[in-house]
Amino acid sequence: MLAVIVAAFLAVPMVASPYLYTEILIPFLILSLAAIGLNILVGYCGQVSLGTGGFMAVGAYAAYNLWLRVPELNNLIVVFLFGGLMAAAVGILFGIPSLRIKGFYLAVATLASQFFLDWLFARVKWLTNYTPSGSVAVGKLEVFGWHVDTPADRYLLILGIVVVGTLVAKNLVRGHIGRSWMAVRDMDIAAEIIGFRPLRTKLTAFAVSSFFIGVAGAMWAFLRLGAWEPLAFDINRSFQILFMVIIGGLGSLVGSFMGAAFIVLMPILLNQLPGWFGIRMSTALLSHLEFMVFGAMIVFFLIVEPHGLARLWAVAKEKLRLWPFPH
Amino acid sequence: MLGPFLETLIGGLLTGVLYSLVALGFVLIFKASGVFNFAQGAMVLFAALTIARLSGEIDGKEVHLANFVVAAAILGVAVAFIGWYAWREYIARGAGPGERRKMQVLAAVGALVGGIAAYSYGKGAWPLWLAIAATAAIMGLLAYAIERLVLRHLVNQEGIILFMATLGIANFLDGFGQTLWGSDIYKINLGLPKDPLFLFEGVFPGGLLVDPGELVAAAIAAGLVVVLAIFFQKTRVGRALRAVADDHAAAQSVGIPLNTIWLIVWTVSGLVALAAGLIWGAKLGVQFSISLIALKALPVLILGGFTSVPGAIVGGLIIGAGEKLSEVFLAPILVKQFDLAGGGIENWFAYMLALVFLLFRPQGLFGERIIERV
Amino acid sequence: MTLRKAVLLGASIAAAGLALASTAQAQNEQFIPGLIYRTGAYAPNGIPFANGVADYYALVNERDGGINGVKIVYEECDTGYATDRGVECYERLKNKGPTGAAYVNPLSTGITFALTEKAPIDKIPVISMGYGRSESRDGSVFQWNFPLLGTYWSAADIIMQHIALKEGGFDKLKGKKIVLVYHDSPYGKEPIALLEQRAKMHGFTFTPMPVTHPGVEQKATWLQIRQNRPDYVLLWGWGVMNSTSIKEAAAVGFPRDKMFGVWWSGAEPDVRPAEGGAKGYHAAMLQHGAGQFGVHADLKKYLYDKGKGSAKWDEVGEVLYNRGLVNAMLGVEAIRKAQTKFGKKPLTGEQVRWGIENLELSAARLKELGFDGMLQPLKVTCSDHEGTRAGRIQQWDGAKWVVVSDWYQSDDTVLKPMVNAAAKKYADEKKLTVRDCSKES
Repeated sequence: MLAVIVAAFLAVPMVASPYLYTEILIPFLILSLAAIGLNILVGYCGQVSLGTGGFMAVGAYAAYNLWLRVPELNNLIVVFLFGGLMAAAVGILFGIPSLRIKGFYLAVATLASQFFLDWLFARVKWLTNYTPSGSVAVGKLEVFGWHVDTPADRYLLILGIVVVGTLVAKNLVRGHIGRSWMAVRDMDIAAEIIGFRPLRTKLTAFAVSSFFIGVAGAMWAFLRLGAWEPLAFDINRSFQILFMVIIGGLGSLVGSFMGAAFIVLMPILLNQLPGWFGIRMSTALLSHLEFMVFGAMIVFFLIVEPHGLARLWAVAKEKLRLWPFPH
Repeated sequence: MLGPFLETLIGGLLTGVLYSLVALGFVLIFKASGVFNFAQGAMVLFAALTIARLSGEIDGKEVHLANFVVAAAILGVAVAFIGWYAWREYIARGAGPGERRKMQVLAAVGALVGGIAAYSYGKGAWPLWLAIAATAAIMGLLAYAIERLVLRHLVNQEGIILFMATLGIANFLDGFGQTLWGSDIYKINLGLPKDPLFLFEGVFPGGLLVDPGELVAAAIAAGLVVVLAIFFQKTRVGRALRAVADDHAAAQSVGIPLNTIWLIVWTVSGLVALAAGLIWGAKLGVQFSISLIALKALPVLILGGFTSVPGAIVGGLIIGAGEKLSEVFLAPILVKQFDLAGGGIENWFAYMLALVFLLFRPQGLFGERIIERV
Repeated sequence: MTLRKAVLLGASIAAAGLALASTAQAQNEQFIPGLIYRTGAYAPNGIPFANGVADYYALVNERDGGINGVKIVYEECDTGYATDRGVECYERLKNKGPTGAAYVNPLSTGITFALTEKAPIDKIPVISMGYGRSESRDGSVFQWNFPLLGTYWSAADIIMQHIALKEGGFDKLKGKKIVLVYHDSPYGKEPIALLEQRAKMHGFTFTPMPVTHPGVEQKATWLQIRQNRPDYVLLWGWGVMNSTSIKEAAAVGFPRDKMFGVWWSGAEPDVRPAEGGAKGYHAAMLQHGAGQFGVHADLKKYLYDKGKGSAKWDEVGEVLYNRGLVNAMLGVEAIRKAQTKFGKKPLTGEQVRWGIENLELSAARLKELGFDGMLQPLKVTCSDHEGTRAGRIQQWDGAKWVVVSDWYQSDDTVLKPMVNAAAKKYADEKKLTVRDCSKES
C-alpha cells in the first residue's frame, strides 16, 4: 500500500509523458475519488444514486465562484474544500427523499437532482458570471504560492488530495459511522430497532458521499478541463461513475480505484488497439466496435464476478500466494 | 387563455401516450423478472433502425445484401417455429418423440427458404409489413440471445447488478445496430398525415391545434396497450407471466419454466420496443437520439409504479401533460422572475413532480404496496 | 482461469505499449489531426463534413504529391461531439508526426472552448471555421484561435440584416418579435449577446428559447411559439435538432419562410427528413453553398474515378461536404503560406500559426484552387482572425438550396466593440498579457 503511494509520488513523475498525465492518470485519479464517494453511498449505505454528475457540477461551480469572486482565497485547497462542502449541503437536501423512497424508485428519483442541477447551472447567469456562452474558464491556479501549471504539477496535487481523501474514507467506513451505514444497508428496519437513527445515518452518507464527489467535480473542472460547461457533468458522467463502483466492487475502496482504471482505460485502449497492431479500419467502425466491446466486457465481468474487480483481485492474490505449488 | 391551455394539454397528452409505450417495455420486464432494463431505449433504436433500413426508401445509402439475407433467414426461422408451435399445440395436441429434431429441420428449411428468397430478390426496399415482420423475428432472436448469454448467468443476483448488465447490453446494442445499419438519418414511412388540424375555430381564436400525425400515433399506441392487456388477461402465456411476476418460486413449482418465461417477456418487450421505434421513428426520423427517449420513460415509471401496466399508461399521460404545461406556462414566469437564461424546465419538472408524489406514496400510483418485515 | 486472464491482459497491454513506442515516423510528412464524429447523435451532420475534409487532404496528396512535396498525414479521431472525448483525441494526436499537429479543427464549440485553454501551452493553433467563440476573432488576446470565415455574431448579424432589408430597414423592426430557438450548449448560446444588442438598438423584443440536447423534444417550445406568434424565428440547432425544429414548425403552422437557420442549420440532412415541411425555410450560408465547382472536377479525376473517395459521388457537393473541403483547403493554404517563411518541410504548430495569421487568398488564387464561386477573397491579420465577414442567405425550395440574397457584410460598428469588450473581459479574468497588434508586421 505504502509502496504504491511512494511509487505514485516518486517513480511515476520520472517516466510519465504529458499524454499519460492528462488523459490517463489525472482522469483516473479524479474519477477514483468520485467513485469512492459514490461507493460510500451505494456500496456502504445501500442507497442507489444516479445523480453523481449533478453533485460534481455543484462542486465545480461552487469552487469556480469562490475562486472568481474572492481572489484573496486563490488557494486550490480552500477552493476545492468549499466545492465539496457545497456539494455536501446539496447532497443532504436531495438525500431527504431517501427516507421514504427505496431501491430503484430512489435511483430514478436521484435523476431529478441530476436534471435539475444541470438545468440550474445552464440557466442562472450569476453562477457562470454572465458569460454569453455559459462556458466558464479558470487560469493561474495556485496552492500556498505553488503555481500548478504543468501536467506533472496537477498530477501531484491531485494525487495528494486523493490519497488524503482515501485515508479519510478508509477510516470513516471502519469506524462507528461506517458501521451504521452498513447496518442500514443490510436491513434498515433492523438497524433502526437496534438504535441507529435512519435519518441521520442516511443523511451523513449522502453528505460524506457528496463531499467527495464535489471535490472530485471541482478537480475535474479546474485541473482536468480548465474550461467547461454543464454538459461536462451530464447524466453520462453519473452512469460512468456508477459503472466504476459496480465493476470495481460494491463496498470496496480498492475496487473504486480498479473500477475507475477499467472505465477510464478501456475505451481509450479499445480505440487505439487496432492501430497499434497495424489494423486499418474506418473511424466509424472503430467507434462502434468500441461501444460493442465495452458493453460486452461489462456484461462479461458482471457474470464472471458480480462482486467486482476487487474480489477478483483478492482471489488472484490468494492463488498467487500458493502458486505454483498449490497444496 | 383557455385555447392555448387546451392545446398544450392535448399536445402533452399525445406525447404522453408515446412515453407510456416506452415505459410499458420497462414495466413488462420488471414485472416478470425484476430487471430494471435500461436497454429498452437501445432496443427501440435497434428495432427502428432495422425497420427503416430493411424497408429503406431508396436514398442512395445502401445496405449490404447480406443484411437482407440474414434478416430473411431469421424471419424464415421464426415463421417455421411459430408454425411448428401452432401445429403442436392446436392441431396435434402435443407431439410425440423426436419433435426437437423435427423442429430443427423445420427451422433450417425456413432459414434456407427465407435466405434464398431474399438473395434472389436482391437488395432493395422491402414493403413495410415485411420489414416489420422480419424485425419482429429479429427482436425475438435478440431476446433469446440476451436470455441465453446474459440473464441465465445472472440468476439471483442483486437488482443493481442486473441493471448494470442491461446498461452493458445497451452499449453493445447501440454499437451493433449502427455497425449493421449505419448512423445516418433514416426514414420510416408510415404515411402519417403532416398538415396541422385546427379544430373549433369558431370557439377559440386561431382554433385548437392538433397534430393529426400524433393523433394516429397515439391511436396505434393505445391499440397496442389494449392488445397487451388482453394478452395478459386472457391467454395462457399471459396468465403464466402474471404467475411468475407474483411469485417466482411458486410458479416454478407448478411447472412454469422460468427461462421460457423470461424469453417470452423479453420478446414481448422487444415487440413493444418495435412499436415504439416504429412510431417515434416515423415521427422524428431514425437515428441515434431515439435511444435517449428511454430517459423520458423513467419519471413515468416512478410515478406509475414499476410493476403496473395501467400505471405506465396513466403515468405517461400525467408526465406528458405535466411537462408541456409547465414548460409553456410556468417557465416564462420563472424566467422573468429570476432573470434566467431561458426556460427548458420540462427536463426536470417531470422528475420533480414524480419525486414529490413519491414522498407521499413511495410505491407509485399503482405500484404494489411495500410491506417491510424484519 | 482468472490468473491466466490477468497475465494475458498484462501481456497485451505491454505489447501494446511496445507497439506504441516503436511507431516509425517518416520524415517528410506534415501531420494533421481530424477531430470528427461519424457516430452518436450528431453523426448525420458529422459524416459529410468529415468526408469532405478527408477527401481534400487525399486530393492534395494524390494530385500535387503533398504541400510542396510534404505529404499530408491525416488521422481521424471520433469525438462523438463530446467535449471530454474531444480533449482526449486532441491530447492523443497533438504530438504525432515529425513536428506534431499542424493545427486542430475541433468541430464543436464546446471542444473549441476547452482547447482554447490548451492551445497557448501546446503551441498548436485552433481553426474553428464558422464556429467557436465569437470574441476569439481578436487575435491580440486569442493568439491561437482562428474562427475563419465568420463567427456566430457575424452569422446572427447577417441574418438580422437580411430580415431588416426585407422589412424595409432596421427602423421597421421596432415592436417586432424575434425568437431564437437554440441548442442548449455554448454553441447555441453564442448569438444571444449580439441579438440582445441588436434588440436594444432597434427596439424589437428578443426571446431566446433553449432546446435540450439532442433536441428531439420541442413540442413545448413550438406550442409557445404558436401562442406568442413571433414575426421571425432564428434557429441555432445541430444534428437532429434542426430537422425536428422544421417538422415542429410545420406541425404548428409557423411559416417556414420566416424561419432563418444559422449555417450549421442549413444543410441537406437538416431539411430532407422534414420533406415537404421544409419548403421555404431559410438559412445563412458560410459563404459557400451546395453544388459542384472547379475543385470537384479534380476530386472526380484523382479520387472518385479511382474509387478512393470517402463519400458517395452524389453526396459530393452537399453543403456540409463542401464545408469540409473549404475547411481543409484553408488549413493547407495556411501551411503553404508558412512554408514560404520557414521552408518546404514539415512545420510545427507555432510556424503554422504564423501561416494562418498571414493567410491571404485572392480571387485569382481561389480560382486556381477551384474554389471560385464558393468563397470570397479573405485576408487574416493579427487583429482580425476571422479573415472575412461575408455571407448570403439561401432557401430550400423542396429539392435543393437556392441562393436568395446578395452578399452581406456583418456590421463591424456593432460587432467590433462587443468583440473587444468580451476579449478584454476574458483577458482580465484569466490575467493574460495582451499582444499589441499594431507592432506586428
